[in-house]
Amino acid sequence: MTIDINTVVKIAHLAHLKIPPQQQQSVAGDLNKILAWVGQLDEVNVEGVEPLANVNDGSLGWREQDVVTDGDKPQDILANAPSKTADFFTVPKVVE
Amino acid sequence: MAYVQGQTGEWEMVIGLEVHAQVTSQAKLFSGASAAFGGAPNAHVSLVDAGFPGMLPVINKYCVEQAVRTGLGLKAQINLTSVFDRKNYFYADLPNGYQISQFTQPIVGKGEIILDLEGGKSRTVGITRLHLEQDAGKSMHDQSPTETFVDLNRAGVALMEVVSEPDMRSGEEAAAYLKKLRAIVRYLGSCDGNMEEGSMRCDVNISMRRVGVETLGTRCEIKNVNSIRFVMQAIDYEAQRQVEILEGGGEIKQETRLWDTGKGITRAMRSKEEAHDYRYFPDPDLLPLVLDAAWVEDIKKTLPELPDEKKQRFISQYGLTDYDASVLVAEKASADFFETVAKGRDGKLAANWLTSELFGALNKMGKSIEESPISGAALGGLIELISNDTISGRIAKDVFAEMLASGKPAAQIVEEKGLRQVTDMGAIGAEIDKILAANADKVAEYRAGKDKLFGFFVGQVMKATGGKLNPAMLNDTLKEKLKG
Repeated sequence: MTIDINTVVKIAHLAHLKIPPQQQQSVAGDLNKILAWVGQLDEVNVEGVEPLANVNDGSLGWREQDVVTDGDKPQDILANAPSKTADFFTVPKVVE
Repeated sequence: MAYVQGQTGEWEMVIGLEVHAQVTSQAKLFSGASAAFGGAPNAHVSLVDAGFPGMLPVINKYCVEQAVRTGLGLKAQINLTSVFDRKNYFYADLPNGYQISQFTQPIVGKGEIILDLEGGKSRTVGITRLHLEQDAGKSMHDQSPTETFVDLNRAGVALMEVVSEPDMRSGEEAAAYLKKLRAIVRYLGSCDGNMEEGSMRCDVNISMRRVGVETLGTRCEIKNVNSIRFVMQAIDYEAQRQVEILEGGGEIKQETRLWDTGKGITRAMRSKEEAHDYRYFPDPDLLPLVLDAAWVEDIKKTLPELPDEKKQRFISQYGLTDYDASVLVAEKASADFFETVAKGRDGKLAANWLTSELFGALNKMGKSIEESPISGAALGGLIELISNDTISGRIAKDVFAEMLASGKPAAQIVEEKGLRQVTDMGAIGAEIDKILAANADKVAEYRAGKDKLFGFFVGQVMKATGGKLNPAMLNDTLKEKLKG
């Protein structure tokens, strides 16, 4: 699989990244290098191996008790917000 | 089957529903913050929900259990191994930039739901899957002219998404599906089913095809439909819209549409909003969810009696009609109330009094069955007085009205007001004799063949005695005496 400029433009759009046209070619090159590196995994023979969702052993642990143990700290939640009003985050108007 | 009549022939609707049902948990799906509705802005939020770097999700066992219980209630396959995926999209109220959901391996697979339709008919609709996922936060667009306000209290609340097969063929069937699904989750207690507060939300997938055609047409998805009534309206509107396009030689564009409650129409969402390519992949923060088969079996053993089983039992145990049984089991509270009234008494009589008298009265007062001024035991007391001939059905209505007003038990009202039914043959005969003597002319007419006067005599006797005579005994005795 190789990534062309069209793909770069598409995934940049999906990721809300602005990549100037003059950089698109080099980003495509970088991504292709990453894919080639990961692509080494193709050399492994996985015949008869079930697809894995996670490479770690074991399964998901869970919170045993359904009780409220967190929250009531809007000031912490909003501490890094670039923009806020009262205890709401505010963002440029998203028109429906 | 309700077909849509077009200009060029009949069309069939093909409808599938996606329902988001909020789990009745105290805490969120992956954090310890409160899942309660409302709250001060951003008060029910942990650092996990707000997507702070380095925070890890830990799943809430209760939510998993409710998904399994709901799956079992839908007679569905429970997948002992399921996987959480990231569904990637950008929106201001989705702090992580992805929603944790389940894509290729949901916790619950195929199941079914039985719809109760008009005239005691029923129909089985397939369930495709049920999976667990996070809710998003809430955006408010009307607080400021230039900004959108974001409250993350709902972000991370556990939802069960229940996806149906495209098995429904009318708005009525879609409504019946939602009612039954709501009844099932309420019986199970896994979701409160409150569509007004948004704890149950519905997206409708609908396409049209000519009657007799097997292949599916192109569908549209309608979002934002928040009541059963609106689901039916949105389906009817959308069906007409699609038929007009198809008959005009056009093509249906597969798109997401919004239901506009105010205008009663569906309209296309801006294409930019729906340019979704979710790029699902397994969430590396979460290992596969592996369930113990014995645990699932244990849950199965604790399932309550569900609406379909309860309905069958009401029909066989109490001799109810299919219709009455359906009405009574639609809400667990009504079914429980009915059993309190009917236990050890005449079940049919109890069902009649409940569905025609009490429900009507509660409706007028704007009260729910839980708020009924007459308890199940008290209504049972009234039923007993009717069954053992202490009072007639007619007098019982007066007693019922008095019970509603005063809250007194039926027996006390009957005693205080002297409403006890007269069943003494001698007394009944004496009352009849009085009326016949006072209406000798009418008696003569009756004997000359004017049978219709019978009702007149009954009415006169009842009027004279305040309706307290046993109607059957009155009829028999009156008939005898009129023979002369």
